[in-house]
Amino acid sequence: MKFTEEHEWLLPEGDLIVVGITAHAATQLGDLVFIELPEAGTTVSKDEDIVVIESVKAASDIMAPLDGEIVEINEALIDNPTLVNEDPMGAAWFFKMKPANPSDIDELLDEDAYNALIA
Amino acid sequence: MSGLNRTALYDLHLELGAKMVPFAGYEMPVQYPLGVLKEHLHCRAAAGLFDVSHMGQVILRAKSGDNVAAALALECLVPVDLLGLGENRQRYGFFTNETGGVLDDLMIANRRDHLFLVVNAACKDADIAHLKAGLSDRCDIVVLTDRALLALQGPLAEQALARLMPEAKAMRFMDVAILNWQGAELWLSRSGYTGEDGYEVSVPGAKAVDLARALLAMDEVAPIGLGARDSLRLEAGLCLYGSDIDETTSPVEAGLTWAIQKARRDGGARPGGFPGEARIFSDLADGVHRKRVGLKPEGRAPMRAGTQLFADQTSRDAIGMITSGGFGPTIEGPMSMGYVDLPQDVAGSVIYAELRGKRLPVKTVTLPFTPTRFKR
Repeated sequence: MKFTEEHEWLLPEGDLIVVGITAHAATQLGDLVFIELPEAGTTVSKDEDIVVIESVKAASDIMAPLDGEIVEINEALIDNPTLVNEDPMGAAWFFKMKPANPSDIDELLDEDAYNALIA
Repeated sequence: MSGLNRTALYDLHLELGAKMVPFAGYEMPVQYPLGVLKEHLHCRAAAGLFDVSHMGQVILRAKSGDNVAAALALECLVPVDLLGLGENRQRYGFFTNETGGVLDDLMIANRRDHLFLVVNAACKDADIAHLKAGLSDRCDIVVLTDRALLALQGPLAEQALARLMPEAKAMRFMDVAILNWQGAELWLSRSGYTGEDGYEVSVPGAKAVDLARALLAMDEVAPIGLGARDSLRLEAGLCLYGSDIDETTSPVEAGLTWAIQKARRDGGARPGGFPGEARIFSDLADGVHRKRVGLKPEGRAPMRAGTQLFADQTSRDAIGMITSGGFGPTIEGPMSMGYVDLPQDVAGSVIYAELRGKRLPVKTVTLPFTPTRFKR
């Protein structure tokens, strides 16, 4: 699993990458009440805002961690945003993407580097 | 968080695992480990304990010793019928300014030989200066800094508080009483700002932790932070000073005319005599151009303060703005309130909010979003 400084996790799954937000981010945000996900088939660029999440406190944007195409989104989150608070690293994945350059993920943070970032 | 004040319950908040934030010059708990959603739902289902010690507590006593004089003096600053306020009763009111706007909203209790006021934390220094400037020739104004203020709110608040002081049970909505608990004098009012039945309890600072612990030891009582306090009051359709009412909003626009009793209106026993009476009377007589309304987004996206409102999908000029908004845990969806130009204030009108560049439909609705459950 890899991480971004924006508190996303990325897990390779075949030639796709599953993306979600970290437990640390979910705790910081508080209870989520709304999620707007991009449509499957959308081409995205790294650092482009593609997801809107709102907690009880405020709205935030989630950026695309890599260049690529959104292949699948987690529809369950739309009806049940608090799933992100309950299981951020598992059932509450946000989307699956097909990276434009599969090797780009290697440049992201590993778990130790991410843990050091949030320590 | 240096330079911020702390309430008597500060250490207890930390012990309970609160997340502390700066609020109106104080370090206050925004949430506890339960989290805002569950705290909100707990308060609606059982009883929630809030630390509201940051609010200002003020005694207003006539120099003559006659409480009628204190009531008449304060009537010069608020458009509220205070002569008509019975002993051991409380009323909601607001300080108005010369242009008929609202300087702050407050609670006013008649405690037989004086008035007891509770004002907002963010406004309290200005309110006290305003009281002194207007009334110090006739009244002594004593600001109480050694008392904490707790609110116990929810359908089980009566049951919980009556376990400590059975006399609390007999109080009705907006009654006030002085009760003794473990040698300390507690000042109770049966009121609050959540839409639920409940109490606010002024307690000597040195006894505040004991009282909070005694309540928190009960199964039905959980500590509730400012986050849930905000969603509870918004569901109940109650104004947050500084967001939904301020120096530019008249009480008539804000839908608070119920708090201006007949005696203070044109044709009443003591009409006017408060700042801004000309505007407030003309608003009452001639109507206003905009009104505060409840707003129910038709989709799922919360619409927060500052969101602009439009009559349709394409028009250029806004017809209003959201002043409070978020997610209502009890109604399980987004909710907002704001001001809209007439005639779009009519309940059921569909207007549009501009959110992240998109116009999304919002219905104007009658407040509150959740029925209030005061014990009248």
